[in-house]
Amino acid sequence: MTSLVLLEFDASGIKQPSRSAVAAATALGEVHALVAGAGLADAAAAAAKLPGVAKVLVADNPALDHLLAEPTAALLVALAPNYSHLLAATTAVGKNVMPRVAALLDVQPISDIAGVVDADTFIRPIYAGNGLATVKSSDGKKVITVRAASFDPVAADGGNAPIEAVTVGDLPGLSKFVSAELSKSERPELTAARVVISGGRGMQNGENFKLIEPIADKLGAAVGASRAAVDAGFVPNEFQVGQTGKIVAPELYIAVGISGAIQHLAGMKDSKVIVAINKDEEAPIFQVADYGLVADLFQAVPELKAELEKA
Amino acid sequence: MKIIVPVKRVVDYNVKVRVKSDGSGIETAGVKMSMNPFDEIAVEEAVRLKEKGVATEIIAVSLGVPQCAETIRTALAMGADRGILVESDADLQPLAVAKLLKAIVDKEQPQLVILGKQAIDDDMSATGQMLAALLGWSQGTFASKLAVDGNTLTVTREVDGGLETVALTLPSIVTTDLRLNEPRYASLPNIMKARKKPIATMKPADLGVDVTPRLTVLKVTEPPKRKAGQKVGSVAELVSKLKTEAKVI
Repeated sequence: MTSLVLLEFDASGIKQPSRSAVAAATALGEVHALVAGAGLADAAAAAAKLPGVAKVLVADNPALDHLLAEPTAALLVALAPNYSHLLAATTAVGKNVMPRVAALLDVQPISDIAGVVDADTFIRPIYAGNGLATVKSSDGKKVITVRAASFDPVAADGGNAPIEAVTVGDLPGLSKFVSAELSKSERPELTAARVVISGGRGMQNGENFKLIEPIADKLGAAVGASRAAVDAGFVPNEFQVGQTGKIVAPELYIAVGISGAIQHLAGMKDSKVIVAINKDEEAPIFQVADYGLVADLFQAVPELKAELEKA
Repeated sequence: MKIIVPVKRVVDYNVKVRVKSDGSGIETAGVKMSMNPFDEIAVEEAVRLKEKGVATEIIAVSLGVPQCAETIRTALAMGADRGILVESDADLQPLAVAKLLKAIVDKEQPQLVILGKQAIDDDMSATGQMLAALLGWSQGTFASKLAVDGNTLTVTREVDGGLETVALTLPSIVTTDLRLNEPRYASLPNIMKARKKPIATMKPADLGVDVTPRLTVLKVTEPPKRKAGQKVGSVAELVSKLKTEAKVI
């Protein structure tokens, strides 16, 4: 029984959610990794170093650049006969590609698993994490996306897997990459950060997010936001933590001016330590917070900055 | 062009759901049901395309228990032209739903199917992509903006680091993200009008689709509860506790 994991990468190596997907796959048996795109020497080398990866497949083809769903799914389907499980992280890429793969293989995908019970049986959150369903698949092949926050990623270094080029057949040309507007940030990615500090509707406007930035810099934290803050236009959608945004589980999560709607809690309640700062004593966020501070954020946040700078 | 919008009946997003005590699932008896919020965005987008003269007809499709007709009525009141209800008591999983929708697409021949990016009950986020695969169509998932120009559909997508724009050859599947639009409320006259719009009813067998679930739910449990935390009196106390007690900074 061998699994194939679709990896995502950038200039700094294999992305952390993909390394979590590798960790989930190692619970199932032998793991092969796939890097696809154009100009893959560095990505292939980085993949070969992942502990637990027995072989790296490299599909180098301009049509696979940006991992568009149509060609990437076709590639995975072509490789599928050798594998019992096909996995990717639950990211924009994984969510886009894997269900397409599953349908082409006549398989019901198992989305966003948070646990592996056995080769057929998995645990996945439903209803914004208000239930944990244990599901058993009767399909011969499993197509899976992995909730990165639920699996400790394998290290970026330590392995030495052989690298093998795969021949890429005809790929569908139904879609074309036009452009990307990616936010430039020196801060860690939300899903990979050790500390996350998020603002909610209580921030009142986008300008006020500047208040939490020095704290993020001091703690090496990523900045997030509640859906309410995104809906109100304070910050772009990629900041959103929650059921319909990003799922995070950092060591420390600081919620500032966030009331704690169910859908937000779904995205952060697996954090190790949760801090909530909110002036409303009754805010539901305090029910999940390890440390709650009932205070006006416009006073508390500058104080917090000063206190952290003291140390 | 003709547009199909599938709409799912789910537990209303305001309801605090509870796991059944026997662990067989989520308590849905006597719970308020509504259209999946992302599907409302899908209906709204289709109606806007019709108002712009891009779309000619909008068909709202729902699959499941007979009460799904109410969900279709909501779509009709928002501006869809007619409905199709595929009645089934089975646990319809995304693969089966995609197959049923494919059968309807084969009959109706739309150029575009707009779906919600995920249903807030099973949180699978799969049906749109699967339908695109079965049809061999292009897909623009998690859309925050779309524009039709001749045979090309330009979709701006919400991706992890920001936005990505792709150009798709029609026919296409689009799945909606939150910022695509803000759905309208149906006006009373439109709700009245919607009552007269036709809804065709059929069964999975009429479409020749086997809907047997591939995933068996063995049990549903409540997630582990977090231990009660503590209130701190000041920022200084907070920082001190994070350092000495939680040891996270």
